[in-house]
Amino acid sequence: MIEPNRKGEVWVFAEQEDGNLSEVSLELCGKAREMADRLKVKMGAVLPGYRVRDLSNRLIAHGADNVYCVDDPQLEYYRTLPYARVICELINKHKPQIVLYGATALGRDLAPRVASEMKAGLTADCTDLDIGDYTDPKSKETFQDLLLQIRPAFGGNIIATIVNPRRWPQMATVREGVMRLADGNPKRTGDLILEKVSLDGVTGVVKIVERHREKQKVNLKGARVIVAGGGGVGSKENFQLIYDLAGVLGAAVGASRAAVDSGLIGKEHQIGQTGTTVRPALYVACGISGAIQHRAGMEESAKIIAINKDANAPIFSVAHYGIVGDLNKVIPMMIKAIKERAR
Amino acid sequence: MSYDCVVCVKQVPDTANITGEAMKADGTVNRAALPAIFNPEDLHALEAALGVRETHGGTVTAVTMGPPTACEVLRDCLYRGADRAILVTDRRAAASDTLATSYILSRAVKTLGKFDIVFCGRQAIDGDTAQVGPQMAEKLGIPQVTYLEQIVELAGRTIRARRNVGNGWEIVECRLPVLMTVLDTANQPRPAAAKRIMLYKRARAEAEIAADVAQQMPQASADEQAREVSRRAADLKSRKLLIEQWDLEDIGADLAWCGMSGSPTKVHRIQSIVLKKEGYAEVPATEEGIRKMIHELIVDHTLG
Repeated sequence: MIEPNRKGEVWVFAEQEDGNLSEVSLELCGKAREMADRLKVKMGAVLPGYRVRDLSNRLIAHGADNVYCVDDPQLEYYRTLPYARVICELINKHKPQIVLYGATALGRDLAPRVASEMKAGLTADCTDLDIGDYTDPKSKETFQDLLLQIRPAFGGNIIATIVNPRRWPQMATVREGVMRLADGNPKRTGDLILEKVSLDGVTGVVKIVERHREKQKVNLKGARVIVAGGGGVGSKENFQLIYDLAGVLGAAVGASRAAVDSGLIGKEHQIGQTGTTVRPALYVACGISGAIQHRAGMEESAKIIAINKDANAPIFSVAHYGIVGDLNKVIPMMIKAIKERAR
Repeated sequence: MSYDCVVCVKQVPDTANITGEAMKADGTVNRAALPAIFNPEDLHALEAALGVRETHGGTVTAVTMGPPTACEVLRDCLYRGADRAILVTDRRAAASDTLATSYILSRAVKTLGKFDIVFCGRQAIDGDTAQVGPQMAEKLGIPQVTYLEQIVELAGRTIRARRNVGNGWEIVECRLPVLMTVLDTANQPRPAAAKRIMLYKRARAEAEIAADVAQQMPQASADEQAREVSRRAADLKSRKLLIEQWDLEDIGADLAWCGMSGSPTKVHRIQSIVLKKEGYAEVPATEEGIRKMIHELIVDHTLG
């Protein structure tokens, strides 16, 4: 636990694997930048790894004022204990007020270990963050400018706002794809600060014996938003529209069996009884009639938008928003509306 | 060599089948309004522990923290093969967040004395945080292996395990003791054994016995009731049917780190309760209609 430090920076844990920065870290840099400006403090990124110094440029371009880099061969591959040691040491040294992590497999392994050691609060899987005041209902004490950690709970049935008023740093993991990934500004300037952290006693505990990573797997399970196309999309060319909409939403692309069987898209995208079962925060069904086998794989999505020419398509029976119309007209309107949305 | 395994299990509201008001006015979960089930991934943690005992010998102890009704999942552990079941229950543990919960559970595990592997489900379906496992490991001062898919090798004091990290996998090696969080793809949980159900369906913790006695002997004095509870507990214990019950003193917990005071996170507000959709909103296929829909999705945090 560190003392509340109102001048403390807003930090992002910069997750990288094999020298590639995770997208969520850059998404978080954008949000952290926004919050740091609001709090009138600096924004920092913590970058542990081996031969990763060059990544600091991208972190700075996305908003970091300071990049705290610990470059050590022992940090080449992620292991919980050495990484937790680095983060805890740097938190103790620099006393940030907020530390954010991507809610990736790695982030969700690391952040709780750090939180426990720092005796700090941690909220998992946030879908939004804000800065605001909080009044303790019992003591009536008001805490100004806390990190508001917003997340669905209870299987998505409620949305809770969590605060950590008394113990710092305030920490949260944030779902991938929920914060907008801004275009970095290569002209921004910032400092690369090389830190040394002793890893004595934590490097030999767990050894990685074998390691395997898959490239570019379709990650439907982990997607917060899915845009899926069905037989109604009609052609491979039209399917580009599905990809375009997914692009602006930061969504994964799914498909019904009809679309897969007619060769519009690969089987790894199939959602439904014989494909993947998903429950994203938002599911956009485009030109999918909604056979029971498909609905079984997606009806537990928190919100469903159905776009279909046929007003009687069964997909509307599970939809929250129904748009009866031609997807070739509706999707471009959606893309436009999303691009214009006020933030 | 044999191994002593501990499995942390949780009784959770079945969030997939929510009925009634899910939340109380103070922002905490109204568990009474929800059907309670065995947290799905914890069943896989139990199976992993039973697998270790089958291959290498040793013991499996199930631990849960919760109200006395959580004995339901402990009995289920006994039905499926656990050797011992412990209920950690204490009003002062109420409203614990993941940090306080991991502290209390780690105290319970330390109270057990010797242990080799602690198994937890990856996450519970009520909070989906996946934080209690790693936080317990830190409190116990032992390494963690999250997302366990398979124990590749267990020999002497060294374990090799395969973790699934979503975009791939890795095999890690570490010394015991270790805490592992288990995925639902790790194994197929065995069903409850009929013989064990017959044997353990009468297993009770003292808090449950007390509730039974209060109901069955409403006229009896407090002293008489207490004597009856002790008598029944002793009887169950002699037949190895007593579910051990520990409070915060029994596990030597520092109250400052338990319950509300031990929880750094506070619920500020609950913004909406979406129970079940009723029909759907018809969105006109116009720019204005679609803009309004997108706006609604931003306001309710569906879109970031």
